[in-house]
Amino acid sequence: MFKRLADAGVAVAITVDGKHVGARSGDTVAAALIAAGIDHCRTTPVTGAPRAPYCLMGVCFECLVTIDGVGSRQGCLAPVRDGMTVETQSGKREAGR
Amino acid sequence: MKASDLAPAYDLVVIGGGPAGLAAAALAARAGLSTVLFDENPGVGGQIYRAIASSPVADRAVLGEDYWVGSDLAVEANASPALIVTGATVWSLDPSRVVGVSIAGQARLIQAGRVIIATGSLERPFPVPGWTLPGVMSAGGAQTLLKAQGLVPGGRTVMAGGGPLLWLLAAQILRAGGKLDAILDTTPRGNWLRALAHLPDFVLSPYFSKGLKLLREVRAKVRVIRIDRLQAVGDDRLREVVFGTGEGERRMPADLLLLHQGVVPNVNLAIAAGVAHAWNERQLCFEPVLDQDFETSVRGIAVAGDGAGIAGGTAAAERGRIAAIAAVRALKPEALVPDVQTVRQRLQRESMGRAFLDWLNRPADSFRQPEGETIVCRCEEVTARQVRDTADLGCEGPNQMKAFLRCGMGPCQGRLCGLTVTELIAAQRGTTPAEVGYYRLRPPVKPITLAELASLPIAEAERKAVER
Amino acid sequence: MRTADVVIIGGGIHGCSTALHLALRGLKPILIEKDYAGRHASGVNAGGVRQLARDLAEIPLSISSMDLWERIEDLTGDDCGFESQGTVLVAENKAELASFRERVNDLRLRGFTHEELIDRAELKRLVPAVADHCPGGVVSRRDGAADPFRTTQAFRRRAIEKGAEVLEGVTVTGLARAGANWRVETSAGLIEAPKVVNAAGAWADRIAAMLGEPVPLTVVAPMLMVTSRVAPFIQPVVILRGRKLSFKQLANGTVVIGGGHLATSDRDRNETVLDWEKLAISARTVWELFPAMRAATIVRAWAGIEAYMPDGIPVVGPSSTSEGVYHQFGFSTHGFQLGPGTGAMMAELVATGSTNTPIDGLGIERFR
Repeated sequence: MFKRLADAGVAVAITVDGKHVGARSGDTVAAALIAAGIDHCRTTPVTGAPRAPYCLMGVCFECLVTIDGVGSRQGCLAPVRDGMTVETQSGKREAGR
Repeated sequence: MKASDLAPAYDLVVIGGGPAGLAAAALAARAGLSTVLFDENPGVGGQIYRAIASSPVADRAVLGEDYWVGSDLAVEANASPALIVTGATVWSLDPSRVVGVSIAGQARLIQAGRVIIATGSLERPFPVPGWTLPGVMSAGGAQTLLKAQGLVPGGRTVMAGGGPLLWLLAAQILRAGGKLDAILDTTPRGNWLRALAHLPDFVLSPYFSKGLKLLREVRAKVRVIRIDRLQAVGDDRLREVVFGTGEGERRMPADLLLLHQGVVPNVNLAIAAGVAHAWNERQLCFEPVLDQDFETSVRGIAVAGDGAGIAGGTAAAERGRIAAIAAVRALKPEALVPDVQTVRQRLQRESMGRAFLDWLNRPADSFRQPEGETIVCRCEEVTARQVRDTADLGCEGPNQMKAFLRCGMGPCQGRLCGLTVTELIAAQRGTTPAEVGYYRLRPPVKPITLAELASLPIAEAERKAVER
Repeated sequence: MRTADVVIIGGGIHGCSTALHLALRGLKPILIEKDYAGRHASGVNAGGVRQLARDLAEIPLSISSMDLWERIEDLTGDDCGFESQGTVLVAENKAELASFRERVNDLRLRGFTHEELIDRAELKRLVPAVADHCPGGVVSRRDGAADPFRTTQAFRRRAIEKGAEVLEGVTVTGLARAGANWRVETSAGLIEAPKVVNAAGAWADRIAAMLGEPVPLTVVAPMLMVTSRVAPFIQPVVILRGRKLSFKQLANGTVVIGGGHLATSDRDRNETVLDWEKLAISARTVWELFPAMRAATIVRAWAGIEAYMPDGIPVVGPSSTSEGVYHQFGFSTHGFQLGPGTGAMMAELVATGSTNTPIDGLGIERFR
């Protein structure tokens, strides 16, 4: 869906659902998912419909993901860090996730 | 920067690091107010100057000079004594100006002498069938990816909607080497009639020549189709865009659909702080009620920038300066500040041409007041039919609607459905959005984890209670 | 000038319930609400339907209410989101458990069996997520929870269907004798009726003052917060004694955290301001009691305005100064469960002059 203009920035290694994803410094988690072609980042707690980042500016809460074990974080506000583990979310979370 | 490093109180807390916030913080700090600016994003600049200090887009022509002027504001603010904290989410503000903020998982309550809310704008909801599908994104979102990460749409891409930002983004994508399959223009032709009265002002404004150039640049490379209906179609993701023109229905396969129909003030924090708001019929949105210094109905709290009503980035900076001058005058009358009249005159010039743009780009009713199974509240998956039916049953306002349908009760707290719900109730009950009003909002305006809340330093009173 | 059999002032769950029960008795009530039904505490409380841990004076009303809750759909035409999964009062230490044992034994001697002492194993069975240090508690198994706004609206709607008139956005400005009737002055004109019920919640003292019957009512706004939806992990409502906490997961997965820490409130402006230092205390209590909740996300918080009496129990019964006027207010942050039964009792009292449900100790004369 998206391609990088140039490989600016330093390579940052994160995992998404256990798989390695090559991100760049300056990426947010949501941007890294989009750049990696990951189609959706969660399913909704109401009907289980797939959702992907929508606004990229912190207002729509579609890009909610679990980051380093903490659930429902806004991926578009979290800069990637080396070694970060990201999990896509499905439906209702376990309490505390 | 950790939350525990913050002082317990500041003369001025500025919330939001876009043009208004940056200009306000720089001016106030230089005049001697202890000033802190909080922004939840990784860097300052707001949306218009997103990633201004870190953008990987090296070719300045891609984003254009109007973007790069933002670096002066960032440099000025960074050089000032203001403390600028990014990654800092403000989740609460109350009428006594206690600011709740979280930084890296730790929360604090900070007392502010004055507050300037500079939380800017967000894109107007664009509730068309299928707008929740992966592959459908706001145009602003795509622009953020371009500015901050140098990401350009790579597949079959369709843009739909109207307003200056849509055309600007189209031009930026094209300049960056991206390709657009079509632009579907949803602006009603009839808007010209209303806009015409404001044409002379517009022709004299800088928007005129810039706008024409932009339109020409985009139209030379992309098909533009005037449409009156729009639908995103797909199972688990977007597969095609279906739209109606005067001549019937057409379909276009697409990987990415970018939606935009203007921006509206981001009112959540101001409403939660108790600030009175009023309906703006020209811009079809709620905005805070303000005096000439941008002070709100709550003493000591100002709203500057597009959050005060949509006027654009340059005007936002001037508004920030005016609010900051008022803050300095209130707290430190002896301090030297720029002449406020000069700033007001600059602001006045900036507002030229806005009326024409507002009327010309006013989105059609059908794209603001959806029907049937179109999702209105994305978080709780509430449909237009449900909202309309509930209004018919006697539900008079958005707060009751919330209780009946849970619309506006998910994590986005109504940001993506508030205006739609208000307008649908008004349409269904034959009244006006001004009468219907908006969601009653309260802190936290951004979700906060239980752990963050539990991390608030224990107040003196509670500590005593525990010891006893 | 309008006339009615009864004018009810206040459109909370109590006013709406009384309106319905009066209409069911064939009387014609007019209910006057200054905002809209359920705008304040009745619509935004935690929704607990609890007999557990009540003052002795309220227990008869609470038990008669419970019977109505269990057939709420027959009564109102809506299930009101009522689910009966019990309320558990958790003991945080052995001393607390010992005091709970005394209370349960005392209730048994008085003939009340709805409270039941439970040990650590039964507590863990009922509330697996509770922290291990808790030695037991008390359960009331018929208790549960309902959707407060929906419930208040259901009573309002059914009352109208049965012949009640509901005037919303109308304020009462005066109350005076007019022969055998009471003349109620409102922003929508005069209404005359032989009987008046004061169910005006946090504003009820102003109505009482019009009758020369001042009451020491405090305006309070207990704060609540709610998490985003999480998978089901707890069934009953959980409450504490020593620290302020009530904790409940709704059917939609969200978890409501309350317990009585107060916001500052301004009843003249319908405004409340949340106190985050106190909500942080609730957060720390949850942190200790439910470790699984630590990373849960708080998405909203709010507070509803209501009345609190100095002795923490409501004012229910005839006016002490004014024949034909009845009071039904001051439920002191725990009136939601009492709504159905108190409305039925009040309708009986208004219609017949007496009631079979004991309300001793709840009269307004105790504040003379």
